[in-house]
Amino acid sequence: MCCAGCAAVAQAIVDNGLVSYYRQRSALPARDATVPQSLRDLAAYDVLPPGNAAADGDIREAALILEGINCAACVWLIEGRVMQIPGVVAFEINFTSHRARVRWQPARTRLSEIIATIAAIGYRAYPYDRDRAEQARRGERNRALLRLFVAGFGMMQVMMYLVPVYLAAGDMTADVEQLMRLASLALTAPVVFYSAFPFFAGAWRDLRNGRPGMDVPVALGIGAAFAASVLATLRGTDAVYFDSVTMFVFLLLAARYFEMTARAKSLATQEQLALRVPQVAERLSDWPASHAAEKVPALALHEGDHVRIATGATVPADGIVVDGTGELDEALLTGEAKPQMRRPGETLTGGSFNLGNPLVMRVTGVGESTRLAAILRLADRAAAARPRLALAADRVARYFVSALLVVAAAVAVIWMRIDPAHALAVTVAVLVVSCPCALSLATPAVLGAAGGSLHARGVLVTRSDAIEGLARATDVVFDKTGTLTTGRMHLRDVAVLGGEDRSACLAIAAALEAGSIHPVARALTAVAENEIDAAQRRQVGSITHVAGGGVEAVIEGRRLRIGTPAYVGQLCGQALPATIAGVAEDCTVVMLGDEQGWLAQFTLADRVRPAARELVAALRKGGLRLHLVSGDRFASVQHVARELDIDCVRAVATPADKCAYVQRLQQNGALVVMVGDGVNDAAGLGAAQVSVAMGGGADVASGNSDVVLLDGRLDGLATAFDTARRALRIVRQNLAWAFAYNALAIPLAACGLVTPLLAGVGMATSSALVIANALRLLRIERKLSTPVYARTVTVVE
Amino acid sequence: MDIVYLLIPLSVVLVFFIGMAFWWSLRGGQFDDLEGPAHRILMDDDKPDAG
Repeated sequence: MCCAGCAAVAQAIVDNGLVSYYRQRSALPARDATVPQSLRDLAAYDVLPPGNAAADGDIREAALILEGINCAACVWLIEGRVMQIPGVVAFEINFTSHRARVRWQPARTRLSEIIATIAAIGYRAYPYDRDRAEQARRGERNRALLRLFVAGFGMMQVMMYLVPVYLAAGDMTADVEQLMRLASLALTAPVVFYSAFPFFAGAWRDLRNGRPGMDVPVALGIGAAFAASVLATLRGTDAVYFDSVTMFVFLLLAARYFEMTARAKSLATQEQLALRVPQVAERLSDWPASHAAEKVPALALHEGDHVRIATGATVPADGIVVDGTGELDEALLTGEAKPQMRRPGETLTGGSFNLGNPLVMRVTGVGESTRLAAILRLADRAAAARPRLALAADRVARYFVSALLVVAAAVAVIWMRIDPAHALAVTVAVLVVSCPCALSLATPAVLGAAGGSLHARGVLVTRSDAIEGLARATDVVFDKTGTLTTGRMHLRDVAVLGGEDRSACLAIAAALEAGSIHPVARALTAVAENEIDAAQRRQVGSITHVAGGGVEAVIEGRRLRIGTPAYVGQLCGQALPATIAGVAEDCTVVMLGDEQGWLAQFTLADRVRPAARELVAALRKGGLRLHLVSGDRFASVQHVARELDIDCVRAVATPADKCAYVQRLQQNGALVVMVGDGVNDAAGLGAAQVSVAMGGGADVASGNSDVVLLDGRLDGLATAFDTARRALRIVRQNLAWAFAYNALAIPLAACGLVTPLLAGVGMATSSALVIANALRLLRIERKLSTPVYARTVTVVE
Repeated sequence: MDIVYLLIPLSVVLVFFIGMAFWWSLRGGQFDDLEGPAHRILMDDDKPDAG
């Protein structure tokens, strides 16, 4: 046990008679179990948004997303604990999707109590909107599963009928052989008409749009082979292709199904990220008389409410700015990459990110048009955006398809002249043996497998392009705070420089930093919360945030600044105090001052993440150039750089500098991967070819990035680079194989040398090879990941 | 060998029944969570009244 929190959790587990959790858990829970700010004001969840809770008599029901579940023992533990709460009627966790449904009697318990109970044993639960989209997804998945099942079962059974026919090689009596054919036909018909329906629909759509895709030859192959086989069956002669048809359909459907599951999984995780923070809005119920904020669910806001929007937070609803001036990133909504300036009186759109100062907004519109739109956009992007690599393969496939159709037509015409009796059989053999399947599977199967294996390692790939980018990257630019270091600053020392004492300085600092989510601000407010009593809390007016500088505000008529020495020094007009020279170089210095002079010097220390050293070493070994760009002081950036052995260092960088740094690298031909977590990295992340964000970072970072490191697990990044490179290699192998196979098989088939059996086997082998090659990514990954989970398991008795 | 004239049509009919059974279980939500129940069966609940 590492801290009082663990002890409390263990005690709670033992007290509630759930000791067998320790015997049955098969993986340790994630270490980072801090309770986010938004969960502290749990009462907000009792006012549930209308879309979430369903009332049924005196029983209410809500949907929850659970975080921190690693193994089945977690599920068992949470279910066991929640069911002990009096008033909870039912609680069900879906282990696959990490979602839960809870039903309770409002008279006896409240939702906030349930969430608090879950938080007390170390997991996090968030209520979420169970909207119709999820129902639709479930329906789509079930339909795909049924299609797959019909095709798979049909394939096996048809094989059962036809293999004896092949083996008997003519020894079978004609009527038994005919019976086998009829039985195969009976089972192939549902496969063609039901399971393969999406291919026919897709081919029809492609033809209508005049852009033949992969569905056209697939549908043509299935249709031609099936028609030829039906004809052969009716005539009682010639070979049938029922086995090839069913296998073909099954393999293609299987590939599509796995692609769909992988996408649904990453989509669910993304939605989880999107829902995390902004579901709660800070309502200023008594504004402007008081700045007291209460946290309410965003959907419980009404028109006319006043809401505070912290730096890095998402605007919870549409509204008009009434206080403060800030820059808003509306890229998610409008595609406009440049931050937009918003002054009092101007409108804000729900779902945009606040990059600048905290704002106060009057709500003018709530509901569907705001946050939901952003989530849907996110979901759409993942669903609609085809990776560039797959698009290239599609383009190649389109030429291939056109060429194939020409060849098939030519073969048909030529064989008509030579031997009309065999013309159909040969043409069908050409269509069946040419494996558009291998070609169209080559890329998506690999990207899907790579995404899946990375997801298991805590790396969420939100844009499949990112895999190609990671594989080709030449430079990696790191942010320091929160990325290479833990980002959780600890206040090491307070040096009082002016007339105010320590606790007064802390109170002022906490008041100034109240709206900010910067790590420095969090450390200061955390200390202040413990040490300062309510009587000393200050009211703050007209706060200005300067990104990369600090905060200025007026408290009781005094103009105060907190931030970098340079920024505060502009206000004080005094030379830097002598104490600043004595600060250890790995510390961050934050100054507090007013117009008369310095008030205090806060020394904060941050720790380098344990995984950072290994990551840097691994990346360097992979031949990548590493850069460290931070807005922090040169000395502390230098210190981290030296500790981690990074050569290229840029300190005191503003957000614009970071962006320019990335662009300069790109001008020299570099392919840049930027790793960051915060608001000030947003521009750099946007400029880089691949952006990687820490999962626990600011909304603006994780919402837009291509790769998200879930739970801030930095160790996954080295694996991501490694996996991406292997994935690209496998894509090349697959494409090479598909082309080589076709170059050999099509001429043979055109010459009439390929028997139906050979065509079917060739097609299946080629597809299986491509898929098996892609699945190698998953296999190696599992071997790598075992040691991580095989850590010691503590037994509490 | 006459028995194949009965067995093969029978197997076709059987396949259709199995397909129906699968459709029924899919509708019943048996494929919604493919991992949880497998573990749940191993977890002995000492206090059945708690669950």
